[in-house]
Amino acid sequence: MPVEMIRVEAVNKTFGAFQALEGAELRVEEGEFICLIGPSGCGKSTLLRILAGFEQPTSGYVFVGGREVAGPGPDRGMVFQDYGLFPWLTVRRNIGFGPAARGLPKAQIAETVERFVDMVGLSKFADRFPHQLSGGMKQRVAIARVLDNDARVVLMDEPFGALDAMTRERLQDELLEIWARTKLTVIFVTHAIEEAILLSDRVVAMAAGPGRIVADTRIDLPRPRDVSSVEFNALRRSLNLQLHPPETLDAH
Amino acid sequence: MSLVLTQSNRLARQVALPACLPLILVVAWWLGTRNQTYSLIPSPWEVAVEMVDLAIGGINDDAFSQMLITNLVASTGRVYGAFLLAAVLALPLGMMIGRLATARDMLDPMFQVLRPVPVTAWLPLSMIVFGLGPKSAFFLVALGAFYPILVNTIFGVRSVEPRLFEAAQMLGTKPAAMFPRVVLPAALPGIFTGLRLGLGFSWVVIVVGEMTGVPTGLGAMIMDARQLSRTEVVIDGMILIGAAGYISDRAVMLLGRRLLRWSPQHAG
Repeated sequence: MPVEMIRVEAVNKTFGAFQALEGAELRVEEGEFICLIGPSGCGKSTLLRILAGFEQPTSGYVFVGGREVAGPGPDRGMVFQDYGLFPWLTVRRNIGFGPAARGLPKAQIAETVERFVDMVGLSKFADRFPHQLSGGMKQRVAIARVLDNDARVVLMDEPFGALDAMTRERLQDELLEIWARTKLTVIFVTHAIEEAILLSDRVVAMAAGPGRIVADTRIDLPRPRDVSSVEFNALRRSLNLQLHPPETLDAH
Repeated sequence: MSLVLTQSNRLARQVALPACLPLILVVAWWLGTRNQTYSLIPSPWEVAVEMVDLAIGGINDDAFSQMLITNLVASTGRVYGAFLLAAVLALPLGMMIGRLATARDMLDPMFQVLRPVPVTAWLPLSMIVFGLGPKSAFFLVALGAFYPILVNTIFGVRSVEPRLFEAAQMLGTKPAAMFPRVVLPAALPGIFTGLRLGLGFSWVVIVVGEMTGVPTGLGAMIMDARQLSRTEVVIDGMILIGAAGYISDRAVMLLGRRLLRWSPQHAG
């Protein structure tokens, strides 16, 4: 019996006169990997920030783990595109920031930090500062710090968008491996269709003007997925059509 | 071979290049003052001889002889004491003005209006309020150090990247812990710049500070020498203030490089 982890009910969000999100409905089971995809202005990042508690919905309800979201909290870890690492802390202390902020005992923090430093393969760089790391390493630190903080839901806002193609592919693989091991619930915002099909159990497509959810596609391909397979490309085409319906193409 | 070359290159850059212009100036000074029977400006040689007399005496045996250490210690004590006083006041004030809207609305306009008033303009009032002597000197030097520390602290605590607050929030940082865990460390480079400028300003205003009738100090020495037309002593005082200010700035820089190792702008 699957457990519901996230429920978004009739969520609207306006910024002044701008309707960022209209009537958003979403249900996510525990352990699911969901990709939110759509053009800029479709409200995918707004929905993610509402789930994180950084924004309040103008109307509607958001529940995570059965509790209504009232603000940011350690149960929902966020991974930002620009990393958001604390530049004055080493890799180790960045990863241990959450547990330290929550007042866990030092010995326990040190132990779990080592585990997650290992998990993201940064043992050799544990005492470096963020400015001494590559973009891929910084994003590994950002992922490790939400994992070390016992987040049940990981919210990722185009986390690999600023990385070069090779690093992005490696981090996608690493993320899937971590996800398979930890059974976290992941909400992953992207604008790359291939990335969405490669990673997720479901692809939630969104459209702009006003921002809304337009389709919810289950991806049943076995993992690891082959981007060159016939099935993969059939999905890619149908998602492409969802995101760029023929009439909007004609309009240009 | 290439290693030797780069090393001698670096030596040239760090020693020879900065020494060029001062050497030219000293030569020009020497050419300009030599063979003059009467000159208002003493020659480099006279200045050097006077420096020796200031340090160890035995040449002129006047009121200035052997006073170098006494004057240097008096001024250094005033500079650092007044700087510390300024820091103790400006740091918490700057943090409050930077982070609390009420404090900003209440205090910022006043400091903005007072800030352009030069330390020299405060001299008469300061002597009336604090009297002739060290208290007045202390106040004036502290005033000089106060504003750079205040302004940079305000800037530092206000320009924390908003993303870092979000990151700290989602990791479970309580609102009360935001200041020590995020604001303060993020503001350290700005605060450090303020402290460095403040200490520099303390040296700049020490002469004004010591115009208040204190018996010792490099500023007092320059003022006395000026009245006696002992220009070589004046120049020695200038050299000593410059050197002391430079050394104290280097020390602060080294300290900053250690403490702000994490900052790409400071890591040497």
